[in-house]
Amino acid sequence: MSDLGSQGDYTFAYLDEQTKRMIRRAILKGIAIPGYQVPFASREMPMPYGWGTGGVQVTAACLTPEDRLKVIDQGADDTTNAVSIRRFFQRTAGVAVTEATTEATVIQTRHRIPETPLREGQVLVYQVPIPEPLRFLEPRETETRKMHELEEYGLMHVKLYEDIARHGQIATSYAYPVKIEGRYVMDPSPIPKFDNPKLSGNPAIQLFGAGREQRIYALPPWTEAVSLDFEDHPFTASKAPHDCDLCGARDSYLDEVITDDAGRRMFVCSDTDFCAGRRAKGHTGRLGDPA
Amino acid sequence: MTLHTPEFSQKIHGPDQPLLKVEGLTKRYGSRIGCADVSFDLYPGEVLGIVGESGSGKSTLLSCLAGHQRADLGRIAYDGRDVLAMSETDRRRLSRTDWAYVHQNPRDGLRMGVSAGGNVGERLMAVGARHYGQIRGKAVDWLGRVEIAADRVDDRPSAFSGGMQQRLQIARNLVTSPRLVFMDEPTGGLDVSVQARLLDLLRGLVRDLGLSVIIVTHDLAVVRLLAHRLMVMKSGRVVEQGLTDQVLDDPQHAYTQLLVSSVLQV
Repeated sequence: MSDLGSQGDYTFAYLDEQTKRMIRRAILKGIAIPGYQVPFASREMPMPYGWGTGGVQVTAACLTPEDRLKVIDQGADDTTNAVSIRRFFQRTAGVAVTEATTEATVIQTRHRIPETPLREGQVLVYQVPIPEPLRFLEPRETETRKMHELEEYGLMHVKLYEDIARHGQIATSYAYPVKIEGRYVMDPSPIPKFDNPKLSGNPAIQLFGAGREQRIYALPPWTEAVSLDFEDHPFTASKAPHDCDLCGARDSYLDEVITDDAGRRMFVCSDTDFCAGRRAKGHTGRLGDPA
Repeated sequence: MTLHTPEFSQKIHGPDQPLLKVEGLTKRYGSRIGCADVSFDLYPGEVLGIVGESGSGKSTLLSCLAGHQRADLGRIAYDGRDVLAMSETDRRRLSRTDWAYVHQNPRDGLRMGVSAGGNVGERLMAVGARHYGQIRGKAVDWLGRVEIAADRVDDRPSAFSGGMQQRLQIARNLVTSPRLVFMDEPTGGLDVSVQARLLDLLRGLVRDLGLSVIIVTHDLAVVRLLAHRLMVMKSGRVVEQGLTDQVLDDPQHAYTQLLVSSVLQV
């Protein structure tokens, strides 16, 4: 094997070349069949399951020495998960890193799609805990595979029916199921349903890696993803009805932050890069200092 | 005798094509026989009872007919189509539209974590219903038809009594207006007064909807009330078949005579 870019004791991007080859084959198959869950031989990674082992393996298989990597966790570049995965690839691949969505070529994400629209040539890698959208309705793997094979997706609507019967509206607010190009129903990973419209017709390549469940699936650029709903209860991309308190943005997804024990709170953009960029341009919100 | 009512005669003599035609159906478990060489015709609107002791192969036969198990030999034609040669997609579509299967234990046939309305609506959604209000309306309508109060529509089946669960299972199965219903001991595990009400309900539904039913049971009272024709099985083979009252009142085969005489007279 070539030792191109090997860093000390590690192969480039940690995984050995044969493993990366195996993962790339799974990714290519996933891209060829949008929304289909491709099994792959997930490896032990030097981090616990649930911390993004699937996403890390997909990123490792996609990275080239010329890439510029951005890692976000719930939209933020500076949380533990994002910082440690970014540092992992800095050490094992020596690639350049960035916090700017526009500058990144590969973005690994947990639970968000960046607010800044992606462009062609970018790769968005999602960390997925449970890839099977039917899992909580049908525990048998043999049965869910059969249901995907035969396009028996009525059960997915039973879940939405239960939501409306119990809560008066579709209460599923994250990991909201989508149908890809009229064929496979897919779990978009636990992104808020606010982000669902961005899945569809996205110019970037979207890859989904589930390490513990050993599945990879993908959306090639410009793929149609339709959020499931009822005719009389249509899908709505919801967010907190506020503006960002730091940058004043009205159309970005917000985190609610409790600021004291007297019940005061603030709403801030969950996408830190987006928020910082707006403040740098002079936008301010209710509590923000002009940058 | 209920045998010669005009509606019954019309049902068996009216349509001349059988809805289900079974020829030489055989299922083996290794060297043991599940059921062997079973043949019969079922006409639209007809109720066929299958009786026999435990292990006589009646449940094996039913699960082969419903496609839960694959028969080793024989032919099953439904409405002129060869069921065993069908693709799995077609067969599963058939089993959630034209067919229905009522399990002995309602827990096997219901989704216990899903509300009664969701249970009834599942088959509708599986065949493409996407309007919440209409699905719910139909669910409430069907709960009424099986005598479950409309205000229980959002309760889970685990909050229901055994008899209600069984009635819910029946509603869930009949909501897509199937033509052929398989029932595996639908009254098993229920106490006698609940059984009687359930039988009454079933008899009404079968008559009103013109269903064809294959009902497996070891309870001769159930077949006496529901079934037009009867098949008696022993050791995987059919030993006697005929009109229900004829078989029960004038059993020919030694095993049938034993079976009929074993019923406790109160």
